[in-house]
Amino acid sequence: MPEVVVRTTNLVKQYGMGEAVVRALNGVSCEIYQGEYLSIMGPSGSGKSTLFNMIGGLDKPNEGSVFVNSVDIAQLTARELAFLRCHTIGYIFQTFNLISVRTALENVTLPMLFAGMQPDDADEKGMMLLDLVGLHNRYHHRPNELSGGQQQRVAIARSLANSPSIILADEPTGNLDLKTGKEIIDLLRKLNQEQGVTVISATHDLKMLDVSDRIFHIRDGQLAKVETREELSLQIGSVGGEEH
Amino acid sequence: MKPNQTEFKNTDPPYWVAWNQALASIRVRFSRHAITCLGIALGIAFFASMQMMSLGEASGPDAASQASRLKWLVLTSLIMCLVGVTNSMLMSVTERYREIGTIKCLGASDGFIVKVFFLEAALLGAIGSVGGSIFGAGLMGLVLAITEKFPGMGPFGLVVLLGTGIGIVLTVLAAIAPAIQAAKMPAAAALRIEV
Repeated sequence: MPEVVVRTTNLVKQYGMGEAVVRALNGVSCEIYQGEYLSIMGPSGSGKSTLFNMIGGLDKPNEGSVFVNSVDIAQLTARELAFLRCHTIGYIFQTFNLISVRTALENVTLPMLFAGMQPDDADEKGMMLLDLVGLHNRYHHRPNELSGGQQQRVAIARSLANSPSIILADEPTGNLDLKTGKEIIDLLRKLNQEQGVTVISATHDLKMLDVSDRIFHIRDGQLAKVETREELSLQIGSVGGEEH
Repeated sequence: MKPNQTEFKNTDPPYWVAWNQALASIRVRFSRHAITCLGIALGIAFFASMQMMSLGEASGPDAASQASRLKWLVLTSLIMCLVGVTNSMLMSVTERYREIGTIKCLGASDGFIVKVFFLEAALLGAIGSVGGSIFGAGLMGLVLAITEKFPGMGPFGLVVLLGTGIGIVLTVLAAIAPAIQAAKMPAAAALRIEV
């Protein structure tokens, strides 16, 4: 059995108060393994983004707990949580969320500076990461001078800044056209296979299914079904990779 | 593969990281910040000119009758300047919730975020209030000089210093309060807010 990187137990998250309360998550327990490519699928409003936020320590659950590398993140102080976000998790968003006032390279190196890396080393590693996503010649461009696909590549390079063990991607292809979306998915899969980083992706993009090792289906705030790659009816032959 | 991280030793990055972030923000959003700065300058200019007038009139012949009226004017100008500066700084923080949320995701501590806003506000406040108080006090000084009520360079300098001090303090306070609030928000909440 592979190592568990993320474990949630009976997660409940509700929004609103009194009679208008909405349960976005209603008792989700799951385990996510080291090195797997996991897709969280579900319709809009099913709670997948909420689950994503919980796993990433961006929000706190009302009940239940999230363990990342065996640490209960509800027990962490704000500073420890910042440390966790800095070192253990890389985030990718649907809307890219690059820092608009900084260049591509500065966006990538910022998390390294937070981690206490020397600026020269950070620049060097930043260029290497931009090279990895095929953007080293645009390092001095600001986000508004880059296309959507390029911005998402910068975001991917940034998510890898401190060599995290987990990359969390919230609808990474949601704002991209079909072809660019496919390129981003392939890039994520490549990083997953070559660097062994766990990729957790909330999505309703069916292209994601081809590359996923496992798929969580979320319905009405509950984990309705877990599919592994073998069970996928949509499976399209040639994709390699390890099975669990 | 990284080992399990159970040890959390986080230190804030050196000051220049926050300073660069603040400078980049001012440079890129230059016109936006210029307007904020102008708002601060005008508020402080009004205060400085009223302060100057009260000093000038107080040295005149009918000082006693003017004194209480001028006190009210100075107070009013201070309140107007307070509202103007607070509004400018509140806007500049609230329109950047998303950026705050993103920086949190990258591992910034709450303190780092507050530091960036502190540096930005201090810089804007310093430029705006030095300019504003020299402008306001100078203009009123000229007007008073025509009627030969100019209180002298000593009081002028004092008014400029006072205006600058009040301006910087107000700007920093007005920026820090919402910045602390934003920094303490869960990152998901800050990211969700659309402005």
